Amino acid sequence: MKLAATSTLPQNGLRPSGWVVWLLALLAFLALWKLAEPLLPWAFEYPKALKIPAAKWISDFTKWLLNDASFGLFTFAELTRFISAVIDAPYRIVLSLLSTGFMSGRGSAAIQYLPPISWIGVIAIFALLGLYAGGRKLAAIVSACMVFILIFGQWNSALITLSSILVAVPLGVVGGLLLGIAAYRYRWFEHMLRPILDLMQTMPVFAYLVPILIMFGFGPTAAVVATLIYAMPPMTRITVLALKRIPSELRDLGNIVGCTRSQLTWKVLVPSARDSLMVGVNQVIMLSLNMVIIAAMIGAGGLGFDVLAALRRLDFGAGLEAGFAIVALAIALDRLSQAFALRNTETVHHGPWLKRHPYTLSALAIVVFSGLAGLVVPAFQTYPEALQISTGDFWSNVVKWININYFDTLEAIKNALLLNVLIPFKRFLLSLPWIGVVGILVVAGWRLGGIRLAALVGVLATLIAAVGLWEKAMITVYLCGISTVIALLIGVPIGIFAAERKTLWMWVQAIIDTLQTLPSFVYLMPAVMLFRVGDFTAMIAVVAYAIAPAIRYTALGIRNVDPALVEAGRSMGCTPAQLLTRIKLRLAFPEIMLGVNQTVMFAISMLVITALVGTRDLGQEVYIALTKADPGRGLVAGFAVAFIAIIVDRLISAAAQNSREKLGIAGGPT
Amino acid sequence: MNKYGSIGGTLTRFTVMSAVAFSLMTSAVNAQESTDPIKLTLHDWTGQLITTQIMGEVLKKAGYNVEYVQADYLAQFAGLETGDLTVAMEMWETTGRDAMDAATATGKVENVGATGMKAKEEWWYPLYMKEKCPGLPNWEALKDPACAEAFSTAETAPKGRYLGGPVTWGGFDDERAEALELPFEVIHAGTDAALFAELESAYQRQAPIMLWIYAPHWAPAKYEGEWVEFPEYTAECYKDPAWGSNPDMAHDCGKPFGEIWKVAWAGMKDKWPGAYNAVKAFTVNNDEMGAMITAVDLDGKTVEEVTAEWMANNEDRWKSWIGQ
Repeated sequence: MKLAATSTLPQNGLRPSGWVVWLLALLAFLALWKLAEPLLPWAFEYPKALKIPAAKWISDFTKWLLNDASFGLFTFAELTRFISAVIDAPYRIVLSLLSTGFMSGRGSAAIQYLPPISWIGVIAIFALLGLYAGGRKLAAIVSACMVFILIFGQWNSALITLSSILVAVPLGVVGGLLLGIAAYRYRWFEHMLRPILDLMQTMPVFAYLVPILIMFGFGPTAAVVATLIYAMPPMTRITVLALKRIPSELRDLGNIVGCTRSQLTWKVLVPSARDSLMVGVNQVIMLSLNMVIIAAMIGAGGLGFDVLAALRRLDFGAGLEAGFAIVALAIALDRLSQAFALRNTETVHHGPWLKRHPYTLSALAIVVFSGLAGLVVPAFQTYPEALQISTGDFWSNVVKWININYFDTLEAIKNALLLNVLIPFKRFLLSLPWIGVVGILVVAGWRLGGIRLAALVGVLATLIAAVGLWEKAMITVYLCGISTVIALLIGVPIGIFAAERKTLWMWVQAIIDTLQTLPSFVYLMPAVMLFRVGDFTAMIAVVAYAIAPAIRYTALGIRNVDPALVEAGRSMGCTPAQLLTRIKLRLAFPEIMLGVNQTVMFAISMLVITALVGTRDLGQEVYIALTKADPGRGLVAGFAVAFIAIIVDRLISAAAQNSREKLGIAGGPT
Repeated sequence: MNKYGSIGGTLTRFTVMSAVAFSLMTSAVNAQESTDPIKLTLHDWTGQLITTQIMGEVLKKAGYNVEYVQADYLAQFAGLETGDLTVAMEMWETTGRDAMDAATATGKVENVGATGMKAKEEWWYPLYMKEKCPGLPNWEALKDPACAEAFSTAETAPKGRYLGGPVTWGGFDDERAEALELPFEVIHAGTDAALFAELESAYQRQAPIMLWIYAPHWAPAKYEGEWVEFPEYTAECYKDPAWGSNPDMAHDCGKPFGEIWKVAWAGMKDKWPGAYNAVKAFTVNNDEMGAMITAVDLDGKTVEEVTAEWMANNEDRWKSWIGQ
């Protein structure tokens, strides 16, 4: 990354006439909004006669696809069932190893002929992996996580969840990496891929749940597929970004020494982008664990099911224990994967197999011995229930205590925010004429990115109106908009502050990992008790979830700034504040913008969850469609959500690009 | 140790134990019936876990191969249509009717009759609210502005606040409030967990609340309260505006009592005819179920203990389902 001379004005910046265009557009918009309602009612409410029956088309298409579509030799349904079987095979093996044991036969007639790995064996494997990849400290952290799960009685559920994660994450990482490399190599592919990634990440899972269930069958496999769709896009995005940031000198060097194309990719580019790629792996793990609840709804079982069941009884303690078991699992997996990536792989051992593989050997030995011991003393195989602990009523009592003592204070804060910020903003958005909003978006697209962007946002926004979802879309914009702003206001400063303080960053990272993996259900129900059903509770859930990328990407950007440039600035006599604003923030700008982008995406992906506390937005539309088993209605609402996300994403990216050009920073994400 | 934390574990143990039991048992199953597992769906509320567990254990006693699968209440129909899942034990008339109708219309899913339990759903208030609104449970008391105000919050004042079920449950509460001219604003909770979270919160503070409560459920057992008595539901009331106190609007009456249905994959009849008949014959009633739900959710017993107890006490009944 280079700093170009900042004095030359870029040619495609905002020309003076740009202000005139904006002024005219705003005046026209105001006139339309304030004066035209009696004259042009269709500008405020999309005419029913012109409504596109997209829901019916999609429903009919899905029906055809699933019942009649054929490739000649086999039908579409057979193809998806085949894919399902391919994913199911490794899953069954992992599940047998970890949880059920190997069986012959199925259901209650099954006979177990080999027990699963005992709890001692599993913990030993985790500890040895930690020892191998990162030394004693890592081994201690990882085993502590597993022991936590064990003594809180979450063992069996956790291993069921672990099985599906162990299948989904490698698929997601490899798939995401390959797509990212392809997108980096071929520009046309990147252009094609981007909208698809946006759709994958922003389309609420509930929207495609019904078709997936029909295609892939009911059970863990469908859950893995849904997880992949949701968790893969960040890996791809980060791969592209990381590869683009590699200095061109390195690539040239690779060419000079005569690398083939695949050598250049796998030996030069991917290893040197490793740090950034690991953020991608981290995201895949986090997002996969995030799907645990929804996966449980379609037969994956495990910890997600425990959370759901506990909250239906309002047993917050049990919900929290299962939720923290998910977090513990996430921490263990994440730290292990990070350590493996950073591990120096150069050392080659010599000697006989036994000596070269001390870790594998000791793991095998412990598994076999604890298994054999388990046959004699069952406690070695299954951790005895008598030794499990539970927080019991503690958390329910905490919530009760806050509820009784502070409800009125909380209510006052909530009412103040609701009446002064949330509701006025919502009313304002709902009063706007749709055609005016589309117009403003088109002008913004045109000024920021030219005629193509203008056309794109114009078409997408009009489509939302045309399928009759404008009002719900506006409520969505209102909820996500406010939540994103709050998440950024809190998250970016924390990211900046924590990035360069090592110990603090460790804590912050632990907290945001927790926020991202702790199922929102766990804190949603106490939030309902304290803030009642409604938008405010939904907002809390969205902010809690969307703050993670705001912090993470800001810190990543700051930490990636070339220390030589900071040093140069310091030697030129910059104050710390100047160093921050003139050098670090500017150089970190691409990552921060990616963070903004991801914050919006995360906020939008929480819509489905917020629908569960009674918002009236597109998320709820999707949820209703799920309960009516109406794939068309769900997908149309899902597309509307995705369109909003794409419009926001493109406009932010274009604005970032513009200001980058103005500031003279080259490179970064497009 | 929480009650469901070990469901996975319990099921595994069950599998092992019943495998042994199965091999020792002289099978009562007709030789022509399939030995593939019959998959019963488990949802996330206790009552359903109990009904399913009873059905499953009865089928096991008859020698069938049974597997429990966790599945979402509504998403499960995708699996029932393809035969990936076999039986769902509780489909409530009041909340699952649309999804059930859509599924049975395909011909791949069959309604195998009522469970014998009746779903009761209505506006409900904690008993301490009776002081502020003495006319209750008669619905006409709610028309009194002072009474409505007692149920209000900052956002709805001076109107009362009624917390309805998720919009997906239907229920016509907006229409009911309007038709009966009740000064209440209807707010919809997103899920029933949210509904009971609000009730728990209000009950702890002895704060006003009026909300949708259904039975069989643990809530009416845990919290002292009453259902509002609206004019009794009839089919005409929902269809004919002329019926009832409001001549211009329908829905000027209470909610219907609904059956709780059992549904099954249409192919079950041929694959496991005996099991199909057993599912068809299964019945329990509200009182039994209410007692069992209370035993699990409030007294801390496990689902397995409660079902085993029921099976021991009702041997004649379940034996007749499997023709013994």
